Amino acid sequence: MPDHSVATGFLAGHDFARLLSALAGQGYRCIGPTVRDGALVYDTLGGVEDLPTGVQISQGPGSFRVEFNQGTRHFDWANGPQALKPLLFTSREILWQVQRSADGELQFSQQDPEPVPTAVIGVRACDLAALRLQDRHFVEADVPDVGYTARRRRLFLVAVNCSRPADTCFCASTGDGPAATRGYDLVLDELDDGFIASAGSKRGNELLALLPLQPVSAEQRQAAAEATEGAVAMQHRQLPGRNLRDQLFANLDHPQWEVVATRCLSCGNCTSVCPTCFCYREVDQPALDRESARHYREWDSCFTQGHSYIHGFVVRPDTRLRYRQWLTHKLGGWHDQYGRSGCVGCGRCITWCPVGIDITEEVSAIAAVPT
Amino acid sequence: MTIASHFPYEAEVIERCQESPTIFTLVLRLTDPVIASEYRFTPGQFNMLYLFGVGEIPISIVSDPERPGKLIHTIRDVGRVSHGFSQLGVGDRIGLRGPFGRGWPLVQLEGQDIMIVTGGLGCAPVVSVINYILRRRERYGRLVILQGVKHSSDLIWRERYAEWEKQDNTQVLLAADVGGTPWPGFVGPITVLFEHARFNPQQTVAMMCGPERMIHAAADVLVERGLQAWDIWISMERNMQCAVGQCGHCQFGSSFVCRNGPVYRYPDAGELLAKRGF
Ligand SMILES: Cc1cc2nc3c(=O)[nH]c(=O)nc-3n(C[C@H](O)[C@H](O)[C@H](O)COP(=O)(O)OP(=O)(O)OC[C@H]3O[C@@H](n4cnc5c(N)ncnc54)[C@H](O)[C@@H]3O)c2cc1C
Ligand code: SF4
Ligand code: SF4
Ligand code: FES
Repeated sequence: MPDHSVATGFLAGHDFARLLSALAGQGYRCIGPTVRDGALVYDTLGGVEDLPTGVQISQGPGSFRVEFNQGTRHFDWANGPQALKPLLFTSREILWQVQRSADGELQFSQQDPEPVPTAVIGVRACDLAALRLQDRHFVEADVPDVGYTARRRRLFLVAVNCSRPADTCFCASTGDGPAATRGYDLVLDELDDGFIASAGSKRGNELLALLPLQPVSAEQRQAAAEATEGAVAMQHRQLPGRNLRDQLFANLDHPQWEVVATRCLSCGNCTSVCPTCFCYREVDQPALDRESARHYREWDSCFTQGHSYIHGFVVRPDTRLRYRQWLTHKLGGWHDQYGRSGCVGCGRCITWCPVGIDITEEVSAIAAVPT
Repeated sequence: MTIASHFPYEAEVIERCQESPTIFTLVLRLTDPVIASEYRFTPGQFNMLYLFGVGEIPISIVSDPERPGKLIHTIRDVGRVSHGFSQLGVGDRIGLRGPFGRGWPLVQLEGQDIMIVTGGLGCAPVVSVINYILRRRERYGRLVILQGVKHSSDLIWRERYAEWEKQDNTQVLLAADVGGTPWPGFVGPITVLFEHARFNPQQTVAMMCGPERMIHAAADVLVERGLQAWDIWISMERNMQCAVGQCGHCQFGSSFVCRNGPVYRYPDAGELLAKRGF
């Protein structure tokens, strides 16, 4: 059996561009973090210069600010609003199309997806954990999702261990970070003068072989380990337990649901940024000549009125019931359906909630485990 | 190849019947002979029917599983897609994918007494059961059918009920919240019918569908009368977009109604059924 977990080396900062060109040389389009309009978005990288440099991000409930320090690091921040989700489970996608002939016959067809192989630079541990869950949902399903599966197969993942979590992060409490432990092709520890690069797959190993690596020194190893320990210590938010299913379902009439509902706008921001949320609706779009139609799916949210509409009645007409649905599913139902909680502690729903609702506070009020 | 995926196949309307001012039946045939020959279903399962340029809706299959070449769907005209279907005639084409979900455990229940409870507009999923049992009457014991409707004029297939009632060892009871004339049944909620139903709770299995509050109330009465909650089966309805357990719309507690249901053992759904919002 090939042992590929051991391939590790130090990649000097000025050689980082070689990583991107090696990936490009293997036919990958490189996607990575870029600063745009005061936020951080994952987009195609022309080169290392497109990566954020000396950027730090300050996040809090309902707030996200890009700040500049004098540093040389590219990944000295935790995460932006997007994770891998929009790359794989795209926000809008055609499922099939239908052509109607003059005598009314219908011909349904599906395009074979041929996605461009894509390498993502700067994947976080929480995103890998979320990816694992989305894979279970869309790929390891009775009816695998064709588009997602095709894109997933052509994905190369370069993870970066977190050294500076956001104020909103709580991956240490869910067991999903801050260091990436599996599910990547390469993982990087960022130091001031370069990266410790380690392979996590055969493809990762092959890529490392193309790079000018130096042996990793004991000090470098020590610095990386300390960065991870520091990243754990910096996190002060947490969920009151890893499996809260029983406490949540035992507290369906807790008054806190009403309290949070008076603040929540039912906007669905939280479900859009959440890397594990998978709800979608299907929409049919006829062409103007009425001879063909395209059938799309697009992201939906359990916070909308239409989500639970059945003729003549809405199962969840108010915000209290919708917030409760979201939380009891994410932290409760997921344990039965996917063998773990649906929260990986990325904190995005806290940052991107316009009124700053904090999932960890709400859960602690509703499902505090008596110790 | 399975047709129970995201992708629809063409089906042709081969018969159409208006059952009431708002209810109609479409008999469908899959036009691809290979797909048609592979198609199998069990009563209680449903198809996603697609109207060109408008959308897809979940509709129960009420025909007999041993005649999968003719797929019968009885539809109430309530909105966008169902109204469009009501305008179709013989020869028109639609899209069909399915069958989805878990159906009724009819084979497993052979030899038992069967009680069927349906209320409101939720009759389609159990119509398949009644049809199935009546065609194989000797394989089942006593058959009790309790049907509640809002208004006496909502009851379709009056002649069929009269016909069913004449069968051996079969009891049919009707109730309407609002009675009309002539109305052969009782006036009041469906639970009034249980006082008149003759059944042996030791050997009866109940199958129900309809408004969830009714299901809950009826299950309470049955359990009081000595039926095991375990022996009560229900069929549920939720918004459905994908029918393959992926869009999240039919989420019910820890299950997807399209995949784990729509037919459930009552205790598997019971507690959440009583809660608003799931
Ligand atoms: C498992 C199952 C079996 C069903 N079997 C039958 C049947 O045999 N006969 C019958 O008449 N009806 C049946 N229904 C209900 C039927 O699906 C709805 O009446 C239908 O979806 C209404 O769509 P519409 O576009 O006409 O109405 P609108 O009110 O315009 O609805 C708009 C959209 O909302 C969604 N929606 C609305 N109501 C429902 C609903 N009850 N369930 C799921 N999605 C809904 C659909 O996407 C629909 O296109 C069944 C529902 C389920 C879940
Ligand atoms: S629930 Fe919030 S913290 Fe948890 S994974 Fe989703 S967005 Fe991240
Ligand atoms: S919790 Fe916040 S982000 Fe989520 S729906 Fe409510 S207001 Fe929007
Ligand atoms: S209908 Fe999409 S998950 Fe059930």
